[in-house]
Amino acid sequence: MRLRRKRRLVRCLRKRRQLKPISDKTNDIQRDDILLMSVLRNEKIRLPYFLEYYRRMGVDHFLFVDNDSDDGSGEYLASQPDVSVWRANASYKQASFGLDWSNYLLRKYAHGHWVLTVDPDEFFIYPFCDTRPIRALTDWLDGCAVRSFGTMLIDMYPQGPVDAQPYHEGQDPFEIARWFDAGNYMITKNPEYKNLWIQGGPRARVFFRDTPLQAPALNKIPLVKWDRRYVYVSSTHSLLPRGLNQVYDDWGGEKTSGALLHAKLISTLGDKAREEMQRGQHYRRSGEYRAYAQGLDEQPVFWCDRSEKYINWRQLEILGLMSKGNWA
Amino acid sequence: MSRLGVVMLVHTALHRAEQVARHWTASGCPVVIHVDRKVPDQVYSDFVAAFADEALIRFSERHTCEWGSWGIVAASQSASELMLEAFPDVHHVYLSSGACLPLRPVDELIDYLSDRPRVDFIESATTADVSWTIGGLDQERFTLRFPFSWRRNRKLFDAYVKLQRALGMRRKIPEGLMPHMGSQWWCLTRQTLSAILQDPKRQTYDRYFRRVWIPDESYFQTLARLYSTHIESRSLTLSKFDYQGRPHIFYDDHLQLLRRSDCFVARKIWTRADRLYQAFLTDQSSAMRPAEPNPGKIDRVFSKAVERRTRGRDGLYMQSRFPRHGSENGLTSFPYSVFQGFAELFEDFEPWLAETTGARVHGHLFGPARAEFANGDTITNGALSDCAVLRDYNPTAFISNLIWNTRGERQCFQFGPGDTQKISWFLARDKNAQISVITGAWAIPLFRSNMNFADIRCEAARLQQIETKQLEVLGSVWTKAQVRTWSLAEFVESPMEPMQTVIEEIGTHRANHLTEAPKMVDLTGFGQFLQNLKNQGMHPYLVGDFPADDIFGARVRPFKKPYLVQ
Repeated sequence: MRLRRKRRLVRCLRKRRQLKPISDKTNDIQRDDILLMSVLRNEKIRLPYFLEYYRRMGVDHFLFVDNDSDDGSGEYLASQPDVSVWRANASYKQASFGLDWSNYLLRKYAHGHWVLTVDPDEFFIYPFCDTRPIRALTDWLDGCAVRSFGTMLIDMYPQGPVDAQPYHEGQDPFEIARWFDAGNYMITKNPEYKNLWIQGGPRARVFFRDTPLQAPALNKIPLVKWDRRYVYVSSTHSLLPRGLNQVYDDWGGEKTSGALLHAKLISTLGDKAREEMQRGQHYRRSGEYRAYAQGLDEQPVFWCDRSEKYINWRQLEILGLMSKGNWA
Repeated sequence: MSRLGVVMLVHTALHRAEQVARHWTASGCPVVIHVDRKVPDQVYSDFVAAFADEALIRFSERHTCEWGSWGIVAASQSASELMLEAFPDVHHVYLSSGACLPLRPVDELIDYLSDRPRVDFIESATTADVSWTIGGLDQERFTLRFPFSWRRNRKLFDAYVKLQRALGMRRKIPEGLMPHMGSQWWCLTRQTLSAILQDPKRQTYDRYFRRVWIPDESYFQTLARLYSTHIESRSLTLSKFDYQGRPHIFYDDHLQLLRRSDCFVARKIWTRADRLYQAFLTDQSSAMRPAEPNPGKIDRVFSKAVERRTRGRDGLYMQSRFPRHGSENGLTSFPYSVFQGFAELFEDFEPWLAETTGARVHGHLFGPARAEFANGDTITNGALSDCAVLRDYNPTAFISNLIWNTRGERQCFQFGPGDTQKISWFLARDKNAQISVITGAWAIPLFRSNMNFADIRCEAARLQQIETKQLEVLGSVWTKAQVRTWSLAEFVESPMEPMQTVIEEIGTHRANHLTEAPKMVDLTGFGQFLQNLKNQGMHPYLVGDFPADDIFGARVRPFKKPYLVQ
């Protein structure tokens, strides 16, 4: 495992030359700042709300890798005061699906910081997020000597067909995608990295009902007190050293955990799926996007009469999709 | 003129400490501040300089304070000495930290204390009486030596404890001391405090406590017992601890809880809880009426949090709770019933059961084609799909999800040897499962089917084999489910008694006695059918002893019609 971790580190160091700084404001990063790391491609439409959401939560500085966007995402980000952007024109797939880039930037800039690694369509929710800023959480985790914080990705979807209501820039995507699956998630333990492997939700229910093994993983560990020796090994699903993956209690108790609301299943999905399928740059040869593109042609409706309408984190807590643990 | 002096131990968030210190002095209370030596000198001198205008604030000699070490006691000692010496009219000394926040007007605290001039408020209990020690060290705190830091050298710490235990090494507790423990935040009278600090044997005591583990929870608590005339064994500081002995932290959203607690001082307050500092340090005019501290509500909130962390919610599997085999505290969240063979033996068993018990009655949830949810639903609570592939991909998740999603409503479902068997171990191990099996009932659908006899024979052999294996599981020593089995022959003989027991156990809200029985299927010729199977070399032993001739058929006949019991 140590070897594997070292190999990852070497790999990310090798790939660092692919990163060209567009706007490097990392000198502004203060010692205690909370950072956010994200790799994106053509997500301009999502960015204004994304930045607003995380600024309000208390993120101090954003680190972005712009993978060859042509919709102005890079320029938009470069114009923001608290954002540093790197451009990478190389292959997303060969950079371990962007992981080498983010691992490198994390190693370089996030050492000793709490850092949130999320995609532009993932919105972090944690207990008391409506009354306490993210620093309350990280301070508390520091106090408990906890280094990583687990979440589950919750796919949100609209009531009608995915394309029915167009998303416009700056809008809260959950005004459209307000619904989610409350209780159809399947968990197994991954003995290799000791992380949990969670599948299920609407995508498994609609797109992968015959091939559940291929349904996307929903376990994520996005918030980590970074150290330059750490690496993400498979998206934000698992990390090395393995101790960081122990975000669950296995003696019957509940650790504190959050959720990532996933705003993928909205009108932007169709274009994205077609684009990504052509590029073939995604995990499992973009099989996931292929399934979407196929399914999308049939105008899928994820909504069913057992769907749950999102209210707030307390609702998710009661439903058992996240936990306060002993944070009160 | 003031009768209350405050000792503050500070190590971070100095600006908050300054705010609180000024709040105390504004009401005329002198404050002695101890700043941890780990704070850089520059920061320290700036901090001291900020108080240049305050006559009531003094700074005591600095010690290095590390959690669980002697430094904290030393700091409290020197700060208290300075307090007693510099402010001769101080009557009570209140020990607090930089993260403490006064919740009630200081005058109320002063009045409260002047009404109780001889009372020492210090939580102080013998080791036998406390349940909150962490790490299993209670009495041993006082009889072993602890030269290594628990935070920094955990391994050495543990190893040395083990070694001392193994060698039977014991320290002698100084003559006359009876070890007591309690919260480190106290409020002592000048009399008691000065007696402790000026004790001729203080050298001996200090040397002893230097090597006791977490002396700040026992030094004053033990010595106060020697001198105090009136100990109120409680702390005036509201402070809650989690299961690892770390203090819970208060945030802005605790404002109302804290207001209603009527406590004088609370800790620990999150440094950035602006609203709390704002609310309690500035506009306090009408906040509270004089009352005894009443932290009951807060207690409940925090003890619930501890329970959530240590026990969790039964039957929940999620990203931060995934118990290992055997640590589940109940594999599912709510009791449910599994019926095997009933739907085969009785016509319309499911609607009858739903009617009788008021429970939700599903068909074969683990049927080969799909999960047969009640009312023919294709999707049920929690958006759980009836898709057999998804279900069989992780059957335990399927059933625990179903029970979790419908918690509060009793679920019943049918099971049988024709269904996915991967779930049997889970059902058997689950104490929430009530499993009732009529063995051999699978023969009835075969008997009534229109299949070729050779196929029937094969199928019967297959089902019997599966059910035998399943019964082995149900009979194993690891089974925690409530299991009842009858052979078909046995059950048919007197169906109502066992049925009554099972239904009663479900705890129906309907009538106590079964008034209407479900209608049994027509079994005329069944005995002969079984005999034919036997003649072909397939012995359906799970069905039980049936007479070979059709006397059996004749006997069953009365059950063909619904009948009334009592």
